[in-house]
Amino acid sequence: MAFLSIERITKTFGATTTVKGVDLAVERGEFVTLLGPSGCGKTTILRMVAGFETPSSGTIRIDGKDVTDLKPHQRKIGMVFQAYALFPNMTVADNIAFGLKVARKNGAEIASRVKEMLELIKLPQVAERYPYQLSGGQQQRVALARALAIKPQILLLDEPLSALDAKIRVSLRDEIRAVQRQLGITTIFVTHDQEEALSMSDRVCVMSEGRIEQLGTPFEIYNYPKTRFVASFVGTLNILSGRVSDGAEGRIVVDGQEIVTSRGLNGASTGDALAVALRPEALSIGRANGSSNNLEGTIDEVHFLGSVVRIRVRFKESAVSLDTFNRPNAAPPERGQPITVNFGREDILVLEGAPN
Amino acid sequence: MKQSRFFPWIGFIFGAIYFLVPLIATFEFSLRMQRGTYSFKAYQVVLADPGFQASFSYSALIALLTIIVGIALVVPTAYLVQLKLPKLRPVVEFMTLLPLVVPAIVIVFGYLRMYNSSSWLPLTGSARSTDLLLVFAYVTLSLPYMYRSVDTALRTVDIRTLTEAAQSLGSSWPRILIQVILPNIRVGVLSGAFLTFAIVIGEFTIASLLNRPAFGPYMQLIGANRAYEPAALAVIAFAITWACMGLIQLVASFSPGQKR
Repeated sequence: MAFLSIERITKTFGATTTVKGVDLAVERGEFVTLLGPSGCGKTTILRMVAGFETPSSGTIRIDGKDVTDLKPHQRKIGMVFQAYALFPNMTVADNIAFGLKVARKNGAEIASRVKEMLELIKLPQVAERYPYQLSGGQQQRVALARALAIKPQILLLDEPLSALDAKIRVSLRDEIRAVQRQLGITTIFVTHDQEEALSMSDRVCVMSEGRIEQLGTPFEIYNYPKTRFVASFVGTLNILSGRVSDGAEGRIVVDGQEIVTSRGLNGASTGDALAVALRPEALSIGRANGSSNNLEGTIDEVHFLGSVVRIRVRFKESAVSLDTFNRPNAAPPERGQPITVNFGREDILVLEGAPN
Repeated sequence: MKQSRFFPWIGFIFGAIYFLVPLIATFEFSLRMQRGTYSFKAYQVVLADPGFQASFSYSALIALLTIIVGIALVVPTAYLVQLKLPKLRPVVEFMTLLPLVVPAIVIVFGYLRMYNSSSWLPLTGSARSTDLLLVFAYVTLSLPYMYRSVDTALRTVDIRTLTEAAQSLGSSWPRILIQVILPNIRVGVLSGAFLTFAIVIGEFTIASLLNRPAFGPYMQLIGANRAYEPAALAVIAFAITWACMGLIQLVASFSPGQKR
């Protein structure tokens, strides 16, 4: 049985249902990220696990025990908030010690645990400082130490990197992951940033409109998105609308040009509309021989981005973007120039659901 | 274009004259008790008067009790309204403003009618229970100031996240209120407390009609029977108020965890 088990959970606020019958099982020591846009219900799920919201229906179990109706302070859960939430009137050491004092640990034990936590976050020198004397990144590390000090069953991270600048975000996400691995603590991380989700997680749970769209490893989510939403939300993606010309052989007509998938289109009939997706990194310029697909179009836009040149190629109705490396000894292509784009059969992602 | 500072200065000077001239005149008059020379004789007489000491001590004690009851009532209320019942905020704000609209004399007549010795709750039946009634009356009277000070302080703190952080660390509601919320709104609570102190020390109507030996009725008594001492008392009362204001500033600048 999973360590954290969320079963058919629903949450309704007035007339709005934010979470719609979500099932999620998280194994002990696993790092799972809830990824999705604002309002998709990811934070509500996290808050229900923490006990700050009560589910309208469904059950939450931790280590086999039903905690659905337990108060937050009875759940032994560590939480890190976007806004740090350090107690401004307490020093860093007092902040970390707070949960231990609540649990009535003895003084020596508290002092030793505070020291241990400060060393874990590599900030042993800030024990006597107040939160306002720390940078945003330091405050969030202290918040992490405070949450971990009580040895929680589960660590919940509610967009902890969102308030930080880009450079600190990258270093802190590595630190959080390292600490999580070191302690082996089961962790739920909420974010709307797909790069954070892909880089940190064992599994990513992509959510939209209160439902789970897809749950899988970062590799699966990025390379094999099951729905149009996942494909468009995770990474940059070119989505093309087409019609099936031969389902058994996986032939699709896009803007009057035929492309072939590596696998047949099971259940698709000739003339069916569908959407296919292509990652920019799967596309190359030039005609390829053999079994690759070729699409002819015209260069619509050229954006020079430094190390990379982003080229937008227009076919009749649709367009794709692809990136090439900047080569100082070769001039970038020009707008209006005819171009052939090639990609492998296996690079075509056929998306579930009808195209828009 | 550089703006002229002429009119702001005129306004400031007019305001300063309006407030300071009567005060300076009162102070100057209070020094004239001995003929032909300025002295602090009036202050010596007032401060040595057992009536002054007794009434001031009584009012200070009542003020202290008022502050304790006021904090115990207002802090949890404002906290819960902000955290759990934000829709009730206009209702609570209206209620806390009522003492500014309803005159003290109306309140005290209402009390005398409700709690007289032949009523179902005869709070005016003994001196101690009347003192209790006086404390409750002052809590009501100071409500607009105490509630606003506490509510403003609560708005400057992210109480929802702090509460949730404390809850996730296993803390119970009383501990959250005492150890997390109260220290972070300390300046607001103390502002409310000092304002309450200043109001209670000078209050006359309710204390007089409830026949309690407070500082307000004492000042009125002295004012009606003496010449120089009332002026000295007025200056002392101002000094107490200013000391309270100074303490608010002092406390605000020495709060742990605040930027200085």
